[in-house]
Amino acid sequence: MNSAIRFSGVSRHYGAVKAVDDVNLDIAEGEFFAMLGPSGSGKTTSLRLIAGFERPTAGEIHIYGEEAQSIPPYKRPVNTVFQDYALFPHLNVRDNVAYGLMVAGVGKKQRAKSADETLEMVALGAYGGRKPSELSGGQRQRVALARALVNKPKALLLDEPLGALDLKLREQMQEELKSLQRSLGITFIFVTHDQSEALSMADRVAVFNNGRIVQIGTPEDIYYRPQQPFVADFVGSSNVLPPEFVAKLTGKTAHGSLRPEAVHLSETGHAAQIKSVSFLGTATRVSMTIQGVAMTMLVPKGAVIPKAGDTATVSWADDDLHLMAVQ
Amino acid sequence: MSSHTNAAVSLSDLLWRRPNLLLLILILPPALWLGIIYLGSLFALLAQSFFSIDEFSGVIQYELTFKTYGELFRPANFDIIVRTVVMAGAVTIGAAVVGFPVAYYAARYARGKWKAIFYLGVMMPLWSSYLVKVYSWKLILAKEGILNWLFETLHLGWLLNAYLAIPIIGGNSLSVSSTGTFLVFLYVWIPFMILPIQASLERVPHTMLEASGDLGARPYQTFLHVLLPLALPGVIAGSIFTFSLTLGDYIIPQIVGSSRRFIGQAVYAYQGTAGNIPLAAAFAVVPIVLMAFYLWIAKRKGAFDAL
Repeated sequence: MNSAIRFSGVSRHYGAVKAVDDVNLDIAEGEFFAMLGPSGSGKTTSLRLIAGFERPTAGEIHIYGEEAQSIPPYKRPVNTVFQDYALFPHLNVRDNVAYGLMVAGVGKKQRAKSADETLEMVALGAYGGRKPSELSGGQRQRVALARALVNKPKALLLDEPLGALDLKLREQMQEELKSLQRSLGITFIFVTHDQSEALSMADRVAVFNNGRIVQIGTPEDIYYRPQQPFVADFVGSSNVLPPEFVAKLTGKTAHGSLRPEAVHLSETGHAAQIKSVSFLGTATRVSMTIQGVAMTMLVPKGAVIPKAGDTATVSWADDDLHLMAVQ
Repeated sequence: MSSHTNAAVSLSDLLWRRPNLLLLILILPPALWLGIIYLGSLFALLAQSFFSIDEFSGVIQYELTFKTYGELFRPANFDIIVRTVVMAGAVTIGAAVVGFPVAYYAARYARGKWKAIFYLGVMMPLWSSYLVKVYSWKLILAKEGILNWLFETLHLGWLLNAYLAIPIIGGNSLSVSSTGTFLVFLYVWIPFMILPIQASLERVPHTMLEASGDLGARPYQTFLHVLLPLALPGVIAGSIFTFSLTLGDYIIPQIVGSSRRFIGQAVYAYQGTAGNIPLAAAFAVVPIVLMAFYLWIAKRKGAFDAL
């Protein structure tokens, strides 16, 4: 696999603020890559560094093998889908999509044709004559996608592309983005704070915290084998168990990660004081303490739900307790 | 609770139940002012333009006629109109060209202290008297003035003289040339161009410009295809100020410039010493018609679509 985007010790500091700090990253050609992290973790700045809107204060970025330091945004073979879509309000949908071709000097007829074809691809073939203000949020999102794809970029950058859509539309767009990426075969790099979105769509995920990458891996790696308490907690709200507690259970001093769905009610096991119970639809989340350690478990539909204030017995399989090195 | 607060409360309640009443109370005084005093006198003026003056006795004949409007097309009068419109157009274009970069800097880059300095710099000239500014410019532009001295010191006096030798825009010195009039107009009205442009540029999201660059547009293409169209309502708003203010002004061309008259001076002269109120009124109608026409064109071109 060839490298599409490579970060070598890349930093972007604003005075004392380290937005991106010594990041190393290698994204392969054709990969669907997610940058996941809380707001202010450096994921969006990293994306902007690839697009060229920001320049690194240290380190090197290679885009398809080329040192990108001196390449302005308008010469980079990447295109961006912006979080707020950034559609041009004075142009209709067709002219928005054709913008990249227009500035490249493609003739009027040819670019209208290409724009319509690309709009067809995102199922908006009939909307070319409308103004962006006449479209719904989901349709604007597709226009932004078509506008970025019409230039045939080598990599598509998506900044929280689904953040502004409602749940149903978001799930539908996740499917569409995935199949689009498969059919186009180009590199997709997308930024999100939504862990389920990252896990369901990406081939690989980089988890950001405080300007640094704390873990890179497949969704399964990230979910089942977190290397740091932060990752365990941020991805899937795992129970992060303190080393003392883990030592009592296993004899090893390490942070433990235990998925809420791995904990279940049982005949024998640990005594738990139930603190609160909240109904989630598909399951019920139960917050409790075991020997003073706060924990949550997910009780599937059909099981007997304990009440707040009760004492219950819970257990989990030894395999489900994942150990992380103490930092 | 005292009776006083009770009354205040019941008034608040009444206005809450009848929001239109509050609107009426607020809008009535300015509506009366504008409607009766301003529009009333405007119509009285317009009515005057349909009368005519007896050329021998100088007495106004109160009969409806288009004769006075016909007078506007006599070469001497028509020249005044053309001169004024060309000047107003030149001032407007000049103000847009000079004002845009300033407004762009203020909207995009100036923060905190620099923004305050920008506002101060643009507004402060408006605080001092208009006459003081115009007379200062007369001194700056005079033959003994600082500008002339600067050209001489830089051994560029020949350049200034060559420029002043050009007919129409030149003259004996800058202070008695049309160029001088233009420079003073430009200085006096430019805040009215900068502020609306700055306001419209503030509303252009930064991602819009990034998106343009991202899609392959070079900076000049981004300016031409994104920034300028989105800032156009501000430019048009500014041009309405600079164009109409120049059309109507009669003091600046009187103090700085050649002896050739502008519309404002013609109105001033005809309603005063000449006592030809109908012709003065007809002249006064010209800027109104021109502005109405200008706004109509601007609207048709979609200049207000982004508002």
